[in-house]
Amino acid sequence: ISGSSSIASMKKVVQQLQLEAGLNSVKVSQTAADLKQFCLQNAQHDPLLTGVSSSTNPFRPQKVCSFL
Amino acid sequence: MCDQTFLVNVFGSCDKCFKQRALRPVFKKSQQLSYCSTCAEIMATEALHENETLASLKSEAESLKGKLEEERAKLHDVELHQVAERVEALGQFVMKTRRTLKGHGNKVLCMDWCKDKRRIVSSSQDGKVIVWDSFTTNKEHAVTMPCTWVMACAYAPSGCAIACGGLDNKCSVYPLTFDKNENMAAKKKSVAMHTNYLSACSFTNSDMQILTASGDGTCALWDVESGQLLQSFHGHGADVLCLDLAPSETGNTFVSGGCDKKAMVWDMRSGQCVQAFETHESDINSVRYYPSGDAFASGSDDATCRLYDLRADREVAIYSKESIIFGASSVDFSLSGRLLFAGYNDYTINVWDVLKGSRVSILFGHENRVSTLRVSPDGTAFCSGSWDHTLRVREMVFSFPVCERREEG
Repeated sequence: ISGSSSIASMKKVVQQLQLEAGLNSVKVSQTAADLKQFCLQNAQHDPLLTGVSSSTNPFRPQKVCSFL
Repeated sequence: MCDQTFLVNVFGSCDKCFKQRALRPVFKKSQQLSYCSTCAEIMATEALHENETLASLKSEAESLKGKLEEERAKLHDVELHQVAERVEALGQFVMKTRRTLKGHGNKVLCMDWCKDKRRIVSSSQDGKVIVWDSFTTNKEHAVTMPCTWVMACAYAPSGCAIACGGLDNKCSVYPLTFDKNENMAAKKKSVAMHTNYLSACSFTNSDMQILTASGDGTCALWDVESGQLLQSFHGHGADVLCLDLAPSETGNTFVSGGCDKKAMVWDMRSGQCVQAFETHESDINSVRYYPSGDAFASGSDDATCRLYDLRADREVAIYSKESIIFGASSVDFSLSGRLLFAGYNDYTINVWDVLKGSRVSILFGHENRVSTLRVSPDGTAFCSGSWDHTLRVREMVFSFPVCERREEG
């Protein structure tokens, strides 16, 4: 005899699917273009993409100090 | 001996209607009850009705799933790399290790950057949690947890506290004090309580709330001061291994990944799952939002990393190669979202061109699995932690163009 618990869990599954089916999704051609645009607009400000000048680089190779 | 069956008439109070009737044995969930014939008949028809309800619910679920697939397929009019065809190729990158942080006595399992872009907290299998100054490599704080396998650690937004947890099933917050006389462990505050190991934790945009993920299959939001559970998130069918909060501009959501191969996006206020993606073929070890908040990447034991677009509600890119057969344990984006850094169980870090889907660098150096990886808050460097007990901070040094050819393998 099927218990009411499997009906309850099945109802949750249906509710979740109804929620997901109700999303207003956008075409990939549009969203991909936006992702691309974001990358290109922010490229200049991405140090891992462009590199960092050593004068401002906090991680520049540690120099050994010597007392003169 | 004659073959006769005797029908024993038990007379008594029906277990359902309590009327005095001739009773028959009935089985409900393997428990034996005694019903009168009327109630027994009603139960039989109810069972029939329940079966019909269950069957109709199942067919409704199937048709909804079919409809979802159809809608998703309609929106899939182009691939991401096609849209990025005209974008200039990146060439090959050379990244160098600038700092190696040594001091853990066992596998490094997790790390996080402080907002000051300089301090790092890391946790290890031996129970130690260390706070480092990555510029000088000095250890500023160290605390020993009462458990081994501290799988999760996080820096508070203020920089004044850290959170960590693991096999103790808890997430604890330690205020960071610079008073030499103060014992860090004495000020420990237990915040989260799960019924299985803590796999990930993150402060929200303040020191007041913590989001946790656990091997018990749930995520939870906690108030740090009172330890009160504010919201719990149920839906994963197995251990939750990772989570990431959406960038603050995009609102109150977070994404989680688990051993059920699912990545789920949650509304923090309602506790509701708003989107779910199930395209990976194995455990999802790491999830990270794209900097704009409109997508997220995942790394999995199936040796691939994938990009999921939240507005198109589908996977839009797979980062893989035939030669990569070990799981990806940890992923993070560079500031512009153009690069995806992924640490693997084959000791390497692969750097992917997010738009074109090609690999721009493979980084060696660690002598065991890369378990954790994060780009610094200002994007100048990234740090990787490994089972080889060390953490490495790396930067981009230069890139050189390569002639465009189809890569094999």
